[in-house]
Amino acid sequence: MFPLFQIGPLALRVPGFFLIVGLMAGITLTESEAKREGVDPNPLNNLALLSMLAGLVGARLVYVIRYLDTFLANPLTMFSINPNTLDVRAGILIALITAVAYGVWNKLPLRPTLDLFTPTFALSAIGLGLSTLASGNAYGSPTDLPWAIYLWDANRHPTQIYYTLWALFAFVVWWSIRKGDYFAGFRFLVWLTLTAAGALFIDAFRGDSVLLAGGVRQEQIIALAVMLFGLWLMRQWGRVDGNADTGGDVDVEAVAA
Amino acid sequence: MHKLERAVQSGRHWGLFVGAVAIIGLVWIWMSAMPVAGNALTESPRPDFLAPDFTLVNLEGEPVTLSDLRGQVVMVNLWASWCPPCRAEMPAIEAIYQANKDKGLEVLAVNTTYQDSPNGAAQFASEYNLTFPILLDLDGAVSKRYQLRALPTTFFIDKQGVISAVVPGGPMSESLIQSKIADLLAEEF
Repeated sequence: MFPLFQIGPLALRVPGFFLIVGLMAGITLTESEAKREGVDPNPLNNLALLSMLAGLVGARLVYVIRYLDTFLANPLTMFSINPNTLDVRAGILIALITAVAYGVWNKLPLRPTLDLFTPTFALSAIGLGLSTLASGNAYGSPTDLPWAIYLWDANRHPTQIYYTLWALFAFVVWWSIRKGDYFAGFRFLVWLTLTAAGALFIDAFRGDSVLLAGGVRQEQIIALAVMLFGLWLMRQWGRVDGNADTGGDVDVEAVAA
Repeated sequence: MHKLERAVQSGRHWGLFVGAVAIIGLVWIWMSAMPVAGNALTESPRPDFLAPDFTLVNLEGEPVTLSDLRGQVVMVNLWASWCPPCRAEMPAIEAIYQANKDKGLEVLAVNTTYQDSPNGAAQFASEYNLTFPILLDLDGAVSKRYQLRALPTTFFIDKQGVISAVVPGGPMSESLIQSKIADLLAEEF
């Protein structure tokens, strides 16, 4: 764990640094993929930039609204650059809504856009894994395994390393299929279902899970739901493309049979 | 991967595959369910853990023990008199303390005396008219236990003695501090 890195008088927050590097590297790769596929990268860059800005402003705004009286007493503090006064979940939700709204407004095709943004998601996931490794968040449960790491006063599963390695694997899979001729949305869904499968498996070793009835981990339920949704969507999108290729009304299954 | 794509498009055995995935997933979730007692709180300097207990002397030489303050919201602020952001945020901490001490807020300002001096701490407290306890971490044991990496660092501790937030670095504004303690003060003990 190394949450801060001192450079002279400046204390660099390493978790945030990894998150930003992952995200920026991902957006850069998305841009180069768009160019390779002959797609104008400008709307994609705008979408990414606008979503990030909206997420950041929204995260602060929601936090300020939650503690409005406090901030009204010192209004200038609403604008301070401080990551401790952000509502991160609200920020992510607002960023997603902004991305969808921008996409719909500019008539960006959903599935090719998701395919092009997959490297952004994949590299951000690696950045997130490294970020949790630096912050000590998403820590594992105590274990006696030889590869345990000493963290938060116990030898624990290095879940942050598991996540990072899995995210790296998912990225490599995406890299290997990025130039292939697949139906639109396929590359995104492969990455999504792989990532959800990894979360489903690795979350079993977490030490900070939210527990539901019977000690069931909430994060695993969500991961399984995402994975099944991804597989269902894969079939739907694959079928749509298959039908389109064969005239629209003919079931591919029947053709294959 | 083209095989997978073809399997998706043909739909043959796809339902079976998804069903198998669902069953395996559910079995794994059931196998990895955690006994609720397994989440028992232990001490560690991070959110959702019990704040590591300590006893330090204040400027008057009297011992102060963190766990004696259960039932109150506690801010543990680690600082040094030579640290500019520590100096910058102390007036905000004092203001918040004055506004909330009757509502159950206690502030323990732990001077990292092993890299400062008792005189420096006393002079600082006098200069800023600080009314909350100034504790002296003479040998650095508490700073080490709290894994201090930046000055100042503040731990917000709820009435049950559980850390709710950690703010490394500073200076903190009054708004930031108030927003971190507002929910904690409202909680039942």
